[in-house]
Amino acid sequence: MALKGLDIFKLTPKTNCKDCGNATCMAFSMKVAQGAIELAKCPHLSEEALATLGDATAPPMAKITLGADDSLVLGGETVLFRHDKTFVSKNLYAVSVCAGCYDEKITAIEKVDYDRLGERMYVEMLNIIYDPGKPGASDKESYIELVKKAASKNRGLILDCKDADVAKEVLEVCAATKPLLNGADASNYEAMNKLAVEFGVALGVSGDNLDELYDTASALEKLGNKNLVLDVGCVSVKDAFEGAVQIRRGALKDGNRTFGYPSIVNVGKLAPGNKYMQTALASLFTLKYGSIIIMEEMTFPQALPLYGLRQNIFTDPQKPMKVEPGIYPLNGADENSICVTTVDFALTYFVVSGELERSGVPMNLLISDAGGYSVLTAWAAGKLSASSLAKFFKEFDVETKIKNRTLVIPGKVAVLKGEIEESLPGWKVIVAPGEAIEAVKFFKEKF
Amino acid sequence: MGFKREPQVFSGSINAVEIGAGENKITIGGENVLPLYSFDAPIENRPKIGVAVSDMGYIKGIPGFDAFYNGADTVLEMAKRADAMPGADFLVLCLDSAHPNNGDKSVEECVALVKEVISAVDIPVVVEGSRHLEKDGKLLEKVAEATQGNNILILSAHEENYKSVAAAAALVYDHNISAESAVDINLAKQLNVLINVLGIKSEKMVMNLGSAAGGYGFEYIASTIERVKLAALSQNDAMLKMPIITPVSSETWAVKESIASEEDYPEWGSLEERGVNMEISTAAACLAAGSNAVILSHPESVKTVSEMIGLLV
Repeated sequence: MALKGLDIFKLTPKTNCKDCGNATCMAFSMKVAQGAIELAKCPHLSEEALATLGDATAPPMAKITLGADDSLVLGGETVLFRHDKTFVSKNLYAVSVCAGCYDEKITAIEKVDYDRLGERMYVEMLNIIYDPGKPGASDKESYIELVKKAASKNRGLILDCKDADVAKEVLEVCAATKPLLNGADASNYEAMNKLAVEFGVALGVSGDNLDELYDTASALEKLGNKNLVLDVGCVSVKDAFEGAVQIRRGALKDGNRTFGYPSIVNVGKLAPGNKYMQTALASLFTLKYGSIIIMEEMTFPQALPLYGLRQNIFTDPQKPMKVEPGIYPLNGADENSICVTTVDFALTYFVVSGELERSGVPMNLLISDAGGYSVLTAWAAGKLSASSLAKFFKEFDVETKIKNRTLVIPGKVAVLKGEIEESLPGWKVIVAPGEAIEAVKFFKEKF
Repeated sequence: MGFKREPQVFSGSINAVEIGAGENKITIGGENVLPLYSFDAPIENRPKIGVAVSDMGYIKGIPGFDAFYNGADTVLEMAKRADAMPGADFLVLCLDSAHPNNGDKSVEECVALVKEVISAVDIPVVVEGSRHLEKDGKLLEKVAEATQGNNILILSAHEENYKSVAAAAALVYDHNISAESAVDINLAKQLNVLINVLGIKSEKMVMNLGSAAGGYGFEYIASTIERVKLAALSQNDAMLKMPIITPVSSETWAVKESIASEEDYPEWGSLEERGVNMEISTAAACLAAGSNAVILSHPESVKTVSEMIGLLV
């Protein structure tokens, strides 16, 4: 699929002029082959060379941006498994709305909006359905009104509309929000393409099956449109899953450019009325290659696992998730409650704070900067020590903020007890059990 | 024209492991494609679902559990109910009360319960120890002895106790053994090699690579499972070809999302809904990563995940 460095080198001027910022043309070529820099960095490539190389060195999966300030990013993936490098664009969750259900749904949608480890968790997109065939559903006027209302909600919009005339009128009122026009298929792609290009929006493509989807996407590419999103369809769960996998695998493993676009999966249509199944399918497609996942609703009980799962899967394996250092009062703790400390590695924090909350004992959890490592790793790397704790106490003014003078330290660093007592005079240091799972019993009995 | 499909069918395949004896035995593993990729090649044995029944009872105060187990006063009665749970492929009897912190129930009592349960239920039985390594060494050995011929699966052999647990289970009494390691492909392989060296056939082994709820370091679980699967399939690594079993409910019903009270978190809605969604979401993610079996507890979760598997495979 991708070109080798040598193939690229053959087409460079071979002058080693360094204008691209690299020492030699060979070095430049190797980096382009790895996808580390863009071909355009070399100002001396001939038109012919650019044409030959342009397609071959383009990233295997396009990056598509949506939303008013291009704030929503899809695609740009280079690997099929996160352990190979990392996933770069988290999938987005959307909820479907229609004219009849909008007011009720938007209230519920806006309720789910919270912070988890510094990331805002909310329904990023609204899927606005135009389906005049259904009784009680939107006619053209009510659809335009609906889109107008939705456009004021600061979320990405998906226009689920296959009627080009309606789509045109709708785009006239909402193009500034950069919606995704999800409406092209084999029968209407030319008209839809014209609209998408005219209004500068991304175009969603669907087909009755994978082959038809491929042919339509291919036809759109021939018309020069590379701002596409591929709808895996709602014929069956099996077909939708195959579609999501074939599209991503085709693009990244087999170098199939026509499938080098983000995908859209409507689990609401795949399992209408079945909330539990939608949670299951949304989780499946979060792991395997859904870029936009549309649901009928996003209740808190659905959001909590889905957003947590997504945050995990889209973590860069080379950079552990970290918690902000600080004083976290648990179970209604105040200045007279005991202090407990652990590291800022997100996994440790979550497991430990969960157990501490289960104990029901009020306590102040002190999280110091330990480089995002686990307890033992941080200790071995010198990131968790008596002096790092003393520094934290000073920086966060712990002794003024908290009157209690009991500090519980992780069992895994029991060896630090003496040193900590020395560097924090006046504090009584207690060693917790080695495993978080034993913490509930320990705190219940001791405090 | 259409899309040119390039199926990924591997020369290596996951071992097929039979659990149970007689008519109702099940087989997990055996596939030569990536998880749930039944469009690449048929997956003969769909992933299976185990229902966990603890000898300490079910989580009280959750309507779905209360209704399902209503009137089941003994562990045996609970096991019989779970046997008939729609979507259940096997039963996981968890001997939690054998743990010194949970009452330290005697080995004899536990063994008697296991025998009772096995003779009372139709679906295959998996027996999980107390998760106290020393106690389990003795306990699971006796369980294996008392159930010879039932071809059960025993959870779990750890690095610290595999010699007694695995040897008794799979070598002496011809059961299946699960090797449990802590979320690391190298540790998993090492334990498999150690157990294999005892003379245990890899067709009698499954792996538990660790577990976590979604949001709680699940990326480590997903990536470990994916790496193990890829090594088994694409490199034909015999010491990683065992099917993977992942306990889900024990993790998901212990995280804040599933236990925080509705009084403390009114905006979060129903506690049961949170717990069920957490269980379903994590189970679906485990299956997508490559688990050949997941262990669940809530009837709605078992039903939904079983249906999802049916739609895919």
